[in-house]
Amino acid sequence: MKKALMIAAALALTTSAAAAGKLEIFSWWSGDEGPALDALIKVYKQRYPSVAVDNATVSGGAGTNAKAVLKTRMLGGTPPDSFQAHAGQELIGTWVVANRMEDLSGLFKSEGWDKAFPKDLVRLISSKGGIWSVPVNVHRSNVMWYNPAKLKAWGVTVPKTWPEFLKTCSTLKAKGVAAPLVVGENWTQQHLWESVAIGTLGAKGWEDLWAGKLKFTDPRVVGVFTTFGKVMDCANKDASGLSWQQASDRVISGQSAFNIMGDWAAGYFTTTKKLAPNTGFGWAPAPGTTKTFVMLADSFGLPKGAKNRAEAMNWLKVLGSKAGQDAFNPLKGSIAARTDSDLSKYNTYSRSAAADWKSNKIVGSLVHGAVAPESFMSAFGTVIDQYVASRNSAGAAAAAQQLAARAGIGK
Amino acid sequence: MKGLSKDRLWSVAVLLPSVLLIAVFVYGFIARSVYVSMTDWGNDPAQALALDPVIRFIGLANYQDLFTGFLQGRFRQELVSTVFFTAFFILGCLGLGLGLALILDRNPRGEGLWRTIFLFPMSLSFIVTGTIWRWMLQPGGGVNQAPTLFGGQPSTFPWLSSTEAIWKFDWNKLPLLTASVVAVVLIVVAVRALRAGDRRRTLVAALCAALLLGWALFVAPNLKLLPAPEPHGFNLALIGIIIAAVWQMSGYTMALYLAGLRGIPEELREAAKVDGAGDLGMYRHVIFPLLAPISLSAMIVLGHISLKIFDLVYAMSGPDNINTSVPALNMYLTSFRQNQFALGAAIGTILLILVAFVIVPYLASQFRGEEGHA
Repeated sequence: MKKALMIAAALALTTSAAAAGKLEIFSWWSGDEGPALDALIKVYKQRYPSVAVDNATVSGGAGTNAKAVLKTRMLGGTPPDSFQAHAGQELIGTWVVANRMEDLSGLFKSEGWDKAFPKDLVRLISSKGGIWSVPVNVHRSNVMWYNPAKLKAWGVTVPKTWPEFLKTCSTLKAKGVAAPLVVGENWTQQHLWESVAIGTLGAKGWEDLWAGKLKFTDPRVVGVFTTFGKVMDCANKDASGLSWQQASDRVISGQSAFNIMGDWAAGYFTTTKKLAPNTGFGWAPAPGTTKTFVMLADSFGLPKGAKNRAEAMNWLKVLGSKAGQDAFNPLKGSIAARTDSDLSKYNTYSRSAAADWKSNKIVGSLVHGAVAPESFMSAFGTVIDQYVASRNSAGAAAAAQQLAARAGIGK
Repeated sequence: MKGLSKDRLWSVAVLLPSVLLIAVFVYGFIARSVYVSMTDWGNDPAQALALDPVIRFIGLANYQDLFTGFLQGRFRQELVSTVFFTAFFILGCLGLGLGLALILDRNPRGEGLWRTIFLFPMSLSFIVTGTIWRWMLQPGGGVNQAPTLFGGQPSTFPWLSSTEAIWKFDWNKLPLLTASVVAVVLIVVAVRALRAGDRRRTLVAALCAALLLGWALFVAPNLKLLPAPEPHGFNLALIGIIIAAVWQMSGYTMALYLAGLRGIPEELREAAKVDGAGDLGMYRHVIFPLLAPISLSAMIVLGHISLKIFDLVYAMSGPDNINTSVPALNMYLTSFRQNQFALGAAIGTILLILVAFVIVPYLASQFRGEEGHA
């Protein structure tokens, strides 16, 4: 019923968008993220006051509902003028391979974005010689969160590598901490796997994996699964019942020592939990990933056959501009994808992340759609679940390799 | 032949639109889904969402993949989970519903109020039920905190997050298991027929049983569905979902049974009493046999609900938890997240067949009954 209503609403919006001077923006930013989107629309309205903006938001975490509605609209031949997608393979593997998106390299050149955005980022959103979306913001996925006071009380320091982490884990277990690491439902475990993999394979190995140069069945990747299994032995047993917020709560309460989560957790700690950075909560790059920035980004693309193409192009220009990104990101709790943003507008955590963004090696996140298409990511969740139950590294690696072949990774 | 009278014309004209609509939107779409399930739509990501996708007919390959493919272990676990879920859900609803109905049948004080209370959960949607029970079954809250009310230690049972499974069996043994079960049923049929003196039936049933057993013992062990053993069993995390589902639907069975109990004429009970039946005897020999048809219709309604359940599981443990997953969830994820439309259609078709197993015999018996009355 709900979906039917949404589709009906979406259809109503498309018919009304036929009038001139209109722009329809399709996103899943609602609730907490709504004000950030409004700020962006405000910047657009200042520049193009005559255009009526349709904010077609379909709520639902990480776009689960929005993506389903988008699929029905694209297949039905009524694409929105511009829609949100996680930057990278989530867009490329779904819509670009199906030849449904317009190449934006011209826009990148005319706006001078090749220089404003880091090279690694532009590479992640390019394929087949085209650039396919404009990233608005950047989040970091490889952050390990902890409670500084608690670590001091336990007398441990933040581990720098995964072997060191396992040592710290046994120290903490000896001190009576049942689960030194806290994980939540399936996707947070994939999130953890990603950090273990990059921390073990290195940024180069990670890139090779998604370029098809390194097979999942390679002993090094099988080793990633084995390490992941050992890390999961340090984690709570009731994982699948916890949201990422509930998992983060356990770090603050001192039930667990560490949590690996994206940097939206910083927003949760400061805004919802009213904790001060560096005293109430602390952070460090996930073990083995110092000097590596594992990124995910929200971005907008231009579907072929958009009704208001000119308005949509202007919208994309606003998204990539310094003014647009600096209006959006402080409210969203992310950092600008551009390297020239005004850091005075950001909080303590974001400033440190922005500094790393400029200096670190940038690689893409798996679970947040940067390096692998959705079809891989969704099925890989099952592989992780089965691995956690069976602890069969070779089997999991073989299954992942089959998935990669099916999803056309490295082609 | 009466010919086309005005009445007939009218009836045809009135019925035609709905017949056409059902033909297109129910049976037409079923046929289309079955056809899609035999194609490769979605196997190639470049074609999945293209404007003019190239779709090839590949026969039953998708079904083969689901039952024996290396990557589809999740689906097989879901099939096993569905069987367990259905069994426990139906047993729980019938047991609890009958119990409540028997209590209410004794006319306790405030009967109307109790009836409303027990029937109330049914008025909620599964999404609401799921959300409520997810809170109650949280690892550190709700039900697990209940013992502290009585001064005990909080329980630590991971209701929805357990990864333990019991009653495991290897999927490779599935042909052996199914053949044995069917053979046992056939043997029972044969023995019954022998007692009833039906010689032809006895022979046919016994022969089929022997053939099946022979196949199960000599051929099935050499069949290898999967390259490696793959254990599937009853995941303990399902218990929480079964509890919520029983909570939701047992009021419905209670109402059915209560209606049945009230429909038993007082004379029958009195006659039983006169014949010297005690309370227990009366229930066993008079009341329960009269309630049997109600159990059957309740089982059918509950059975098809449990086979296609989706929203309750989605709300309680999310779409990505394979320990509690069901085929309907997998169908949604496969089609709309992985864009594997053909594979999703295959899962949908299997679900349809499962539901048909439950519904069609019931419908057949209903139609036969109606014709008999007419």
